[in-house]
Formats: sequence, C-alpha cells, structure tokens
Amino acid sequence: MSTRMRFLISLIFSVPLVASMVGLMLPGDKLTMWALATPVVLIGGYPFFVGAWSAFRHRQASMDTLVALGTGVAYLYSVYALGANADVYFEIAALLITFILLGKLFEDLTRNRANSAIEKLVGLQAKTATVMQGGTPVQVPLEAVKVGDHLLVHPGEKIPVDGLVRTGSSTVDESMVTGESLPVTKKPGDPVIGSTINQTGSLTFVATAIGTQTLLSQIVELVRRAQTSRAPIQKVADQVSAVFVPVVLLLAITTFNVWFVLLGHSLESSLLFAVAVIVIACPCALGLATPTALMVGTGRGASLGILIKSGEVLEAATDIKYVVFDKTGTITQGKPVVTDVVGDAPRVLRAAAALEAASEHPLAGAILSHTAAQSVSFESATKFKAVQGKGVLGQVDATPSAIGNRALMEQSKISIAAFQSQLTDLEQQGKTVMLVAQDAELIGLIAVQDTPKPMAKEAIAEHTRSGYESVMLTGDNHATAQAIARAVGIDRVVAEVLPTDKARHIKELQTRGRVTFVGDGINDAPALAQADLGIAMGSGTDIAMEAGGIVLVKNDLRDVVRALRLSRKTFARIKLNLFWAFIYNLAGIPVAAGVLVPLGLTLSPALAGLAMAFSSVSVVTSSLLLRYSRL
Amino acid sequence: MDKILSLIISVLAAAFIVWWFFGRRKAAAVVANESHGMQQIEITVDGGYQPQVIQLKAGVPAKLVFDRKDPSSCLEEVLLPDFGVAKSLPVGEKTTVEIKPDKPGQYKYTCGMQMFSGQVVVK
Repeated sequence: MSTRMRFLISLIFSVPLVASMVGLMLPGDKLTMWALATPVVLIGGYPFFVGAWSAFRHRQASMDTLVALGTGVAYLYSVYALGANADVYFEIAALLITFILLGKLFEDLTRNRANSAIEKLVGLQAKTATVMQGGTPVQVPLEAVKVGDHLLVHPGEKIPVDGLVRTGSSTVDESMVTGESLPVTKKPGDPVIGSTINQTGSLTFVATAIGTQTLLSQIVELVRRAQTSRAPIQKVADQVSAVFVPVVLLLAITTFNVWFVLLGHSLESSLLFAVAVIVIACPCALGLATPTALMVGTGRGASLGILIKSGEVLEAATDIKYVVFDKTGTITQGKPVVTDVVGDAPRVLRAAAALEAASEHPLAGAILSHTAAQSVSFESATKFKAVQGKGVLGQVDATPSAIGNRALMEQSKISIAAFQSQLTDLEQQGKTVMLVAQDAELIGLIAVQDTPKPMAKEAIAEHTRSGYESVMLTGDNHATAQAIARAVGIDRVVAEVLPTDKARHIKELQTRGRVTFVGDGINDAPALAQADLGIAMGSGTDIAMEAGGIVLVKNDLRDVVRALRLSRKTFARIKLNLFWAFIYNLAGIPVAAGVLVPLGLTLSPALAGLAMAFSSVSVVTSSLLLRYSRL
Repeated sequence: MDKILSLIISVLAAAFIVWWFFGRRKAAAVVANESHGMQQIEITVDGGYQPQVIQLKAGVPAKLVFDRKDPSSCLEEVLLPDFGVAKSLPVGEKTTVEIKPDKPGQYKYTCGMQMFSGQVVVK
C-alpha cells in the first residue's frame, strides 16, 4: 500500500478523533475512540512497526523505532486505561501516525523535486539518430551509433552524440548542456555536443564520443557523484545519527521517572511526557539537511554549466580572498589574433598571407584568418623558404618578399627605420610584431596578440565588487602580461612563471589568505590542486574531470564569480538547515520533556508529531529555495 | 510502591537498551566471491544489512547485490559516499551496485539517513 493511501485512511479515521480533543463527546465515547484509532495504528502504523521490529532484531534502531514506540505506548496504555476506566489517549496515537505520514508524503514530494536536476539531464538524450550508410540516411536507435559514424541532423532535431561537423553550417542551442544562453554557430571542423538542438541548417558530422563518453554523460556522472558526497560539516550529524535513537529512549525513560517518581505526577501524564520526547526526537530533519541542499545546489549549478564536484568544495569556497587566474586560455582566448596592421593594409596583408599560406607557424593562422575576414585575396608565394626562428622568405607576385622578426630584416639587410616608432609602441603593448618587406623595403607591420575574452573585463570588475582580489599568473613576459592585465582591470600580475612554479606561487599567496585558482585544467593541474579551491574552465566539449573542485562547462569568466556565489549560498543553506534541524530535535526534547511546564508550556505528543513532520518539510523547502536565490 | 516498581523497571529497561544496542559484538567480515575478474556479494537488507561487514579485494571490480526484504522507508536508499553511489532499493527486488574498490581501506555504507550502516573492507 502506498504512503498516500495509508495517509488517507489514517486521516479519515483521525478527523472524528480531533473532535474529542477539542472537548466534544463522541457517541459511544471511549469505545468509539478505540474503534477509530485501531485501524489508524494497524494500517497507517504498519510500516513503522514492521521496520522497527526488523531493526530491533538486528540490534539496530531507526526512526521507525521512535514512531512505533511513541504510538505503541500511547495506544497500549489507552487500551489498558479503557479496561481500567481511566482517561484514554487514542487520539494521540492516531494523530501522531497521521501527521508523520503527512510529513513523509511531503518529504517524498519535495525530495523528488530536489532530485529532478539529474533526471532532467538524462531525459535530454535523443532516442534515435540518422546515420549515413552508403550515402543514404538511415534512422537507427541511439545505442546503435558507433564512434566514426557519419550522422545527419536536420533543423529542429537533437544532435544525438558528440562529434565534429563535416559539412553544412547551422546554429545550435547548447543551453541545456552548457548553460550558454545564446545559440552557437557551427561550421565544418567545429565540435557539436550530443543532446543539444540543431536550429537553422542541416549538418553532417562524425561521431567522436558515444554512450558514457559523451559530455552529457560525464556531466550526469559528475553531478551524481557530487550529490552523494557529504560536506565535512555533516560529519557531526552523521555521528549523532548512529547513537541517536538509543540515547533518546534512555532520555524518555529518565523523563518518565522524573515526573512520576521525583515529582509525583500521575502515571498517564508522566507517560505522555516520555512519549512526546520519543516523538519530537525523530532526526529526519537532521538527515535531510545536507543531502537536499547539496542536491538542489549542485543541480542548479549543472543547469548553469557550473559543475560542483563535491560537498567539500562548498566549504572550500567560503572565505576566499584571492582569485588567481591563469592567463592563456582563461583570461585570453588562448589563440593569437591580428590586432594591428601598420602600412598599406591590403598590400601588407596580401604579401603576408601569401608567404604564410604554406607555413605551419601558429601566428600564420592568425594572419590568414584576418586576411580572409578583410576579404583580401592573394596567391601563394613561390620559392618559399622558412628561416628557423626568424620568419619566411619567398616570391609574391614575382617580387621578393619577407615576413618575420627584426632578426630576419637584419639578415636581409632591410632597414626598419621607417616604422621604428610604431614597432616600439606595439612591442610595449605586449604584442608580437611581424615585419613585412617587399623588394628589400619595409612595407608595414602586423601585430598579433592573444586578446582577452569578450566578457573578461566585466567578470574581473564583478570579482572586485564581490570583494575578491584578482591576481594573474602567467608564464608570458612582463610586457604582454601587464598589457593584458591592464586591459581587463587586474592590478596584480605575476609574470614569467614556469608552469612547475605556479603551485609554489599559489602556496605563497595562501600564507595571506585563501586562494582560488582558475585555470584551463590541462597544464594547470598542480596549481589547481594546491589552491584551496580549483576551478577548471572547460573548453566546451571535454571536461577535465580530475582537475579542480569546480568545472565550468562554458568558457565564460563570469561563471567563476557565479560558481563562488552558488557554492557559498549552498554551504550557507546547509549550515542553516543543520542549525534548524538541531534546534528542532535537540531544543525540542527538553520542551517535550516538560522543562517549560513551570511557564505553562507543554507539548502534547500529537503536537510533537506535527512539529517533527513540519521540521522535515521545512528543511527540504529551505533547500528548494536555493533554486531561486540570486547568483 | 508504584514508584519503586517504576524505578526498577526503568533501570532494567535502560540496562537492556544499552546492552542491546551498544554492546554490539564485532561482526565478522564476509569475503566476496570472485570469478572472471569480477567479485560479487549479496547483501540482505532487512532491519539493517547482512552481512554487515564485507571484504573485497582491491583492484577487482565488484558487484554488491542488495536484496531488500524490509519495506521500511528507512532502508529505501543505500549510500556509498566513497564510491559516489546513492541507489534506491525497491522492496522485494535485488538491486546491483557496481563499484571499483581501488584503494585498500575501510569504507562505510549506510542507509539514506545513516542510521543503519555496514562496512566495506578493501584489502
């Protein structure tokens, strides 16, 4: 029988009993009360009695023990009183069960809601996929897709698995997985994420990850692990739980004796105090305080693309003083772009692109994509010759041409005097400058720099407003580091740090306050581990599962402050919940035992049951409110 | 007279509670069966977990089969926080939890509220 059914039956039989509590006489009086309470105890109380008994047999005690004992004592005493023609307390036994069933019903309901984040993520998965087999599209179940398969998605369809676009272009709504609210443009070579929705055009792509290897599966696994982890603060609650019930039983016995033996009260009123102690002590709220807040907090994070890996992380996120950023790939885009072209731009670009078209140098890509963006056409250079560490020589439009650094110009005996001042300026801004020459004459300069991410400045400002001190840590030279730091508003820069020394610099900072390190998770592992809290920025399709306590799926720096805020709020909620649970359970006990009787305050067992049921519900509700807190 | 009787009964009851719940003897560890590179052990969920202490070999993936007989809602969920497992156990069904015991040590497994507990010993 379901909890709901048991509750309804209990409720129907309990309602008339309430009448007797407010002083109305039921027809048939005590016998009617017995007839009404018995089905409640037998049907409504059944699961508690069975649970208590099987626990008892194995020398264990649980919350069933408390409910069964509380109601059992009230009921059995009343049966005895019925025979002895004394006052009966059937309504207490019945209402207690009804209230506890109600609390359980609410708890299940709210818990399911708290747990919905994972189900939502799992539910995102596509059921079928369209695989290209010999040029014809064939629809197959998702499980049949293999890595390397060519898949087709039409507009409006779900992308079934992770992959790389081969043909077509489209925009994709990735918000459900990464939290990125704007549609992302996809063209050949771009990665796509399984379970996201293709919007405007058809795409074909090669499957690169399926099953448990997909980004979504990894996120689900990460969130699941986080939700089952425990915050260190809960350890106290755990230790209490194990010995709680037997201790409460001893307290109840003591309560009874104090009233009956010491203070000379009647048997039944002494018994009622003992029953109230047993009932109010059910540590449900204590058990729910941490897991529900953790569940809601990590679930909320997952929907924003902020993956919090464990309860310990939440505690680590409190009292952070320094937020240390890695530069390349974290504050900056991670790939150089052309920022300045000095001289006759089309001519300079045409010559540079022609020379770089065959080059594999990382800066070549920046020049080529800038040239394409400026719609400058060119033909590849002939007699191409790379000069190691200096640049490239070749023939462009039958003219001897060169692109490279000062050393190349010196070697080719080309004067740089014409652009000397611009060159110095650009270099002082931390840019990498390439000199372009044709016919033994310098025709211009191209400056390349790894630029800050679009939202970097806002993100750093937000950090400062939130009271964090931002620090940039980089292996780059001072000029470049300072230029980037100035552009985004970071005052404190530590430059020319070897990758292996990053952890040491974090350690130094830690002597002055707690440190968060934000890195891309790949070469920053030691620094991520050394910091009090490591935040790994994902690159969209693969998460550094092992690195860092928090993983940001989106490449958005503003998520760092959001992640810190969410962690702090979740942790604060856990503390609040534990506080209330302790108040309910621990402060409730003396009240139930009758300590406040001299002030005229007593807690009947039925009210104690209601308070107990309400405490669980209020703790779960408090956790659910985390969903709506501002981040 | 009533009072003396009450005191005697109370003291006896208190002594019984202490002995019954706290005087627990150390349960012997039951070793999981191993075959084809996989260890397996069945745990009966009825008023607690039997066997309470299970022993696994480190480095070999293990299946813990929880057979829930007890309908009490206290036991509806089993947690193995060290292995990132939280699994609900339907009554009258066997639910398999797969874990990878890599590091030797003692790990606790508990019900959703940590009132019932058992131990996984990895050697």
